[in-house]
Amino acid sequence: MSDLLELAEAVASRARPGEEVEAYVARGHETEIRVFEGEIESLSSATTSGIGIRVLVGGDGAGSRLGFAWAGSLDPDVVSATLEEARDNAAFATPDPEVDFARFDGVAPVALDLWDPELTDTPTDRKVSMALELERRVRAGDRRIRQVASADYGDDRVEVALASSVGLRAEMCRTSAVVSVSAIAGEGPDSQTGTGFSAARGPGGLDLDAAVNDALTRSTRLLGAVKPRSGRVTVVFDPRVTSSLLAIVASALSGEAVVKGRSFFAERLGEVVATPEVTLVDDPTDRRALSAATHDAEGLACRRNVLIEGGRLRGFVYDTVSANRAGTTSTGSAVRGGYAGTPGAGCRAVVLNPGELDGDGVLAAVGEGLYVQSVSGLHSGVSPVSGDFSVGAEGLMIRGGALAEPVREMTIASTLQRMLQSVVCVGGDLEWLPGIAAGQTLAVGDMQLSGR
Amino acid sequence: MVESPLIEPPVLERVLRVALARGGDMAEVFAEDRQSSSALLDDRRIEELASGRERGAGIRVVVGETTGFAHTADLSEPGLLAAAEAAASVAREGGGGVRTVALSPRRSRPARQFRLPSTVAKAEKLELLARADDAARSSGGAITQVQVGYADSFRRILIASSDGVLAEDEQVRTRLGVSCVANGDTGMQTGYETLARTEGFEVFDRVDVEELARVAARRALTKLAARPAPTGELPVVLAHGSGGILFHEACGHGLEADHIVKDASVYVGQIGKQVASPLVTLVDDGTVTGEWGNFAVDDEGHPASRNVLIDHGVLTDYLWDWLRARKEGRRSSGNGRRQSYQHLPMVRMTNTFLLAGEDDPEEIIAQTPRGVYVAKLGGGQVNTTTGDFVFGTSEAYLIEDGRVTEPLRDANLIGNGPEILRRIDALGTDFEMTPGTCGKDGQSVPVGCGQATLRLTGITIGGTSG
Repeated sequence: MSDLLELAEAVASRARPGEEVEAYVARGHETEIRVFEGEIESLSSATTSGIGIRVLVGGDGAGSRLGFAWAGSLDPDVVSATLEEARDNAAFATPDPEVDFARFDGVAPVALDLWDPELTDTPTDRKVSMALELERRVRAGDRRIRQVASADYGDDRVEVALASSVGLRAEMCRTSAVVSVSAIAGEGPDSQTGTGFSAARGPGGLDLDAAVNDALTRSTRLLGAVKPRSGRVTVVFDPRVTSSLLAIVASALSGEAVVKGRSFFAERLGEVVATPEVTLVDDPTDRRALSAATHDAEGLACRRNVLIEGGRLRGFVYDTVSANRAGTTSTGSAVRGGYAGTPGAGCRAVVLNPGELDGDGVLAAVGEGLYVQSVSGLHSGVSPVSGDFSVGAEGLMIRGGALAEPVREMTIASTLQRMLQSVVCVGGDLEWLPGIAAGQTLAVGDMQLSGR
Repeated sequence: MVESPLIEPPVLERVLRVALARGGDMAEVFAEDRQSSSALLDDRRIEELASGRERGAGIRVVVGETTGFAHTADLSEPGLLAAAEAAASVAREGGGGVRTVALSPRRSRPARQFRLPSTVAKAEKLELLARADDAARSSGGAITQVQVGYADSFRRILIASSDGVLAEDEQVRTRLGVSCVANGDTGMQTGYETLARTEGFEVFDRVDVEELARVAARRALTKLAARPAPTGELPVVLAHGSGGILFHEACGHGLEADHIVKDASVYVGQIGKQVASPLVTLVDDGTVTGEWGNFAVDDEGHPASRNVLIDHGVLTDYLWDWLRARKEGRRSSGNGRRQSYQHLPMVRMTNTFLLAGEDDPEEIIAQTPRGVYVAKLGGGQVNTTTGDFVFGTSEAYLIEDGRVTEPLRDANLIGNGPEILRRIDALGTDFEMTPGTCGKDGQSVPVGCGQATLRLTGITIGGTSG
């Protein structure tokens, strides 16, 4: 048993009669390296640890009250003070019969090895040289590269333990590593940017070639971009953009958003919400997903949940409380933003069932349209409540089934509801990206392009 | 009550000495103690009352162009020394030797008395939430969901550097946000409104939380009847307050010296040139008392200051932190900020605003035959290299024949910074500030934005109606 689980159990065991206690303990080690013009610009290394404690008081007829406190330290005095503070906070919550901690539900966790020991064994010098190599190769990769604004290497190791006085206990650890490079291409007065990256569980899995090529292609192919004419178009999303879009769709599939009437999917279970091409699954037990996990943030086993099947809405993801409110059971989908956050319902690893065509095949199938390389304003322009969708975009026109002239300073708009009903083609070019959704080329018809 | 410093000066001097033992131009200790509390009322229930405590120090060592950084939650001398050694590992040349560090204290204390969040009873904070919830729900039967969030933080910081800086500051921040969902025949719409101030609980003596909640509810209700936003380029009138986000995105980020020194901004080499309409005088000012981006000293120990960036359309200066200022042989402009002790400081905006003009705001609308009136902007995003930026509307209307008419559904607007700044042809007298959260390179800091009502002669609107 790790020292973290020992600590979590020790805290949980301090539950008094009439209360339940849950402790979530996390520790992370991270390295961040940024290079610029052949030198280390910054090198950071650090360990952080902290605890989040939830106390549940009551459980009588009116329901239980929940209190929470957290601290960025595992010092015994701080932990004790945090427990007291959580207890005190509980006294002020509204009694709620649906509030509870997770109870073991008989589902055994899938064994996943998410720890790459190579990450700890790799000396810092080696990590620095990866960042330097990335920068050098992008600078030398194309005569139009004017600047490499940053080239980064980063990795982290995270260990988490959870224990509660109602008998749940869980431990998890994972590693991750990422390189990214941001290139500026220029020709005359025109400058364009492109970012390339690669992510894996450890440094050995990083694909520098892919990151270099991505940065070069993305920055140079936008040179000469102009503002296009407004009109209705079929849009083909780059895999990275698809991943961001799916993450927003996933947030509207959170059972918490649904039970609180904050999702456009509410009341639509069993209905056709998308074209038959769309089958969307959240599967944190898929070891290929960078966000794969054995346990959710309440200590239940993660599991595969089908959300949309052949265009029909099949289900939502729930944590314990949202499941209680919806009259169902947790789908093992509690997530939290580290020790300073409380659990909520959310997806971890959503993926669209891949189609037959690769990226070029999708372009050929679409024929005429707009290829979107990147979007901006996702936070200000997309609402998982109303479904309204309006984002800034840059990319290339698609003519005769292939990429044509570059375009920028435009928006594309629709609603998420209409976009799901207008999916023309799902690419087979599945790509596992950081974040909660995989990437793949996706073609959506009938979107409004706003430009000149 | 005068609290003891987070770290005693003799300890700081020893830690700085160790940080420079292997060489280096500058070493710095940034210590922070942050207490925070938050409360969430959702779906008619007080769902969560949370308290947090974070304490630690970040140590950086600068050697030439290289920065080494390490942080620790252990503020004891051994803990700090270990972090100092880790940060110093970037200095490989050796040859640092013993260097004496003499610290000269500069202690900053808030001029007025705050009502510290820790002295306010939890029940009193929760009462605010209930009042806001009631007010929002009684705004109309179509309001189906209300979420009210309260958060406060008390942040003590201490900065000591081998340049002799020893500065302390105490920052108190209070925030209340109301978010509503309205449900109608056309589906659901959302509305929100936020109050965020760098002051204590006394802010609620003068702010009407019921009114704040009603504003959020009205936004959601109004949009139930909204039609899709138009497409293409149209004149846009931005109402005072949140329209300041335009300047934050269209030029503020592009004036941050870290982008400038890397040649990653459209504003490189533009000092002294006309970059905006002559109506534009843009200021970044961390000293504006009470605003969300206000502080006494920045996270590198430099006093906050008022910096004029654009004067009547002419670019006069960029924003600087210590590192980038040193490169140019000048002083920091007090814009070195960081999210927490776990982060390196960067060049950041504080309160960024456009000085008011002379036009009557009503007249600006009256003299716009056709266009869009944006009463409230949401967030935005910019690519500093190309200057292309977006910002979203969260309350907007059509302007027809000089009158504000039908409400519009939310949309993003897109433009290019240097082009849009030249297209400001009217500027009102009704100056107002609004709070926001600015994200950069994974770090979030509180900022303020502000302007008076203004008109852009044309910007692309990302609607769906052709």
